[in-house]
Amino acid sequence: MNEYNFAYLDEQTKRMIRRAILKALAVPGYQVPFASREMPMPYGWGTGGVQVSAATLTPEDTFKVIDQGADDTTNAVSIRKFFENTAGVKTTEETEKATVIQTRHRTPEAKLRKDQIIVYQVPIPEPLRFLEPRETETRKMHSLEEYGLMHVKLYEDISQHGAISTAYAYPVKVSDRYVMDPSPIPKFDNPKLEMDAIQLFGAGREQRIYAVPPHTKVVSLDFEDYPFEATKADHPCDLCGAEDSYLDEVIMDDAGNRMFVCSDTDYCRSRREAGHVGRLAEENAA
Amino acid sequence: MTPLLQVKGIEKRYGARIGCSDVSFDLFPGEVMGIVGESGSGKSTLLNCMAGHLEPDAGQVIFGTRADGPVDTVTMSEPERRMLSRTDWAFVHQHARDGLRMSVSAGGNIGERLMAVGDRHYGAIRDRAIDWLGRVEIEESRVDDRPSAFSGGMQQRLQIARNLVTGPRLVFMDEPTGGLDVSVQARLLDLLRGLVREMGLSAIIVTHDLAVVRLLADRLMVMKSGHVVEAGLTDQVLDDPQHAYTQLLVSSVLQV
Amino acid sequence: MIELINVSKSFTLHNQGSAVIPVMQGASLKAAAGECVALTGASGAGKSTLMRVIYGNYLAASGQVFVGDLDVAKAEPREILALRRETLGYVSQFLRVVPRVPTLEVVAEPLLAVGCDKQAALDKATGLLGRLNIPERLWSLSPTTFSGGEQQRVNIARGFAHDYPAMLLDEPTASLDAQNRETVLSLIEEAKARGAAIVGIFHDIEARSRVCDREINVSEFTPGMAA
Repeated sequence: MNEYNFAYLDEQTKRMIRRAILKALAVPGYQVPFASREMPMPYGWGTGGVQVSAATLTPEDTFKVIDQGADDTTNAVSIRKFFENTAGVKTTEETEKATVIQTRHRTPEAKLRKDQIIVYQVPIPEPLRFLEPRETETRKMHSLEEYGLMHVKLYEDISQHGAISTAYAYPVKVSDRYVMDPSPIPKFDNPKLEMDAIQLFGAGREQRIYAVPPHTKVVSLDFEDYPFEATKADHPCDLCGAEDSYLDEVIMDDAGNRMFVCSDTDYCRSRREAGHVGRLAEENAA
Repeated sequence: MTPLLQVKGIEKRYGARIGCSDVSFDLFPGEVMGIVGESGSGKSTLLNCMAGHLEPDAGQVIFGTRADGPVDTVTMSEPERRMLSRTDWAFVHQHARDGLRMSVSAGGNIGERLMAVGDRHYGAIRDRAIDWLGRVEIEESRVDDRPSAFSGGMQQRLQIARNLVTGPRLVFMDEPTGGLDVSVQARLLDLLRGLVREMGLSAIIVTHDLAVVRLLADRLMVMKSGHVVEAGLTDQVLDDPQHAYTQLLVSSVLQV
Repeated sequence: MIELINVSKSFTLHNQGSAVIPVMQGASLKAAAGECVALTGASGAGKSTLMRVIYGNYLAASGQVFVGDLDVAKAEPREILALRRETLGYVSQFLRVVPRVPTLEVVAEPLLAVGCDKQAALDKATGLLGRLNIPERLWSLSPTTFSGGEQQRVNIARGFAHDYPAMLLDEPTASLDAQNRETVLSLIEEAKARGAAIVGIFHDIEARSRVCDREINVSEFTPGMAA
């Protein structure tokens, strides 16, 4: 095939990462430190997710990569190519067919199965970071379950915007114990975090791995009088007509015309193939 | 009446140097004790040992907890001690920015302790924050402003509100009026006195300002080189000092 | 109510060659409930010192200082504080208050400290300030800016707010005009009538003979000049 070890990383490194993954699965939501390696891509491009994927992939796997829900953006294409070259695994754009899915900033619309693994790229794993910059202190807060500060952040949201304006990376409590940053997925995806598949989170620069095992309780933090809401743009998809998927807003021209389309490109494509049509498709047909 | 706080034989060394040594006293509910002494006399070290910020090398700090009665806070587990410092204890820092979250609104600063002990109703938390702003004489309209937009005196009052919102029983204060100009100091002292009486607080105030202890403290402890050289009723110690160092300290104050 | 037994007091000036200055020796006195005892003696004889020893402000070197059942010479700070709050009042010549506190609250404070209802405390303070002719427009202001005479009257009002069973009065009628002097003297008579034991310093001889039952010359307790 080529001169790389399977999936780029050497076996010792993969073993080290797998140990971190197992520990993360055993203690849901806990950030496990690991010896993050230099990867042939810059930090912020998914080095953590790539290392977790590399340690997770087997030659039989089918790999899918999405970036903000799309299979065809630069980041997704690069990482897919990277594993095609270094692991020789099959790749796909269909959520249904993938066994390992690496993602940046989205959870696929399709319900994931128990034989699938989803790997999230994480820029900043520490949900308390912006309120308490000292790592020594945040670690202590996690270990003592002192999470009042998380609600201070939500309080600030409401006092400044009249509602909890945190729209992505919305903090959750996992298995009634650890408060976790679910990576910058939209809060629309938060309810999906309780799923059948294994969810792994990798932060390369920050050298942390954490996980949510299947069927684990994941609660989005909120106030009694300002309950959590999984919001999305109040439109159907202009291409496939879906009412239940997370939408991207696309500005069409200088006149301010816009369209809303599914951010999950595979979901949108499969719906259109099944004959669903949205507003623009109807106009084009007319 | 049982003491709220019993300090027994506290000692803290920095290598060979003594931070404070052999300090013992009882503090009863509702009592305000001042600790005076020049810079480096060990008063801040002692305060930090009592408040759990520093681990003493010897001695006990026994606090009368609501649930379990007297407990040595030096040997209690860290989660318990941290819980204590969020509920029954309060610590007012000399510099408000050490005791406030400067990037969080005044309301959020006051609400933090409430949220830390499990309050989850935004409206109720906000109402209490506004109530406390009023009690420390900050306008309600400032509730969403950050402390960085406040004057020094307001920051200090906000710090006090943030500390007292959970109704603590013991307040540690480290030079609470230091760095404030005189008129602002007076207002703060008046406010503290009122709150202490209203809430029946016990307090330990470290300061080098004898005027502050005369107005706030019932009792006084004078420290020098890590040791307590004299202790007693505040006005008695200041008006009839027995120890050479206290006499020097009292006679060194400029009369206005 | 107030009883001193063989009390002595000296000052040791550590920073001035450790000079020991004895100021009082063998001081004994008694003031029963409803009795007013005047301390007399030349200036510097130790009248104020004796008052301060009774109040716990000066530490007695030896002897016993009973106020009620408490020996002030040996009491814990908190016992003295409770005594001052409940039992022993002191009208000094100087008003010492927290700046910015309104006069009305300054006067009501001793009542609030013993747990009196706020409105009742303010009502009593209002009455006293009225009797002592402090103009009502000043009540909401801090007394720190008042004239010496006004401060003295605020101080007296404060001292008589709570009905202490024992009182120390340091020149209560000094620098008062005839009308206010009369008010203060009747306040003292009222206190005696309700059973307060009073020890006081009165330079005003007329006032002294009107309210005091006995005189004690403090010079008897002044040690010889030998140091």
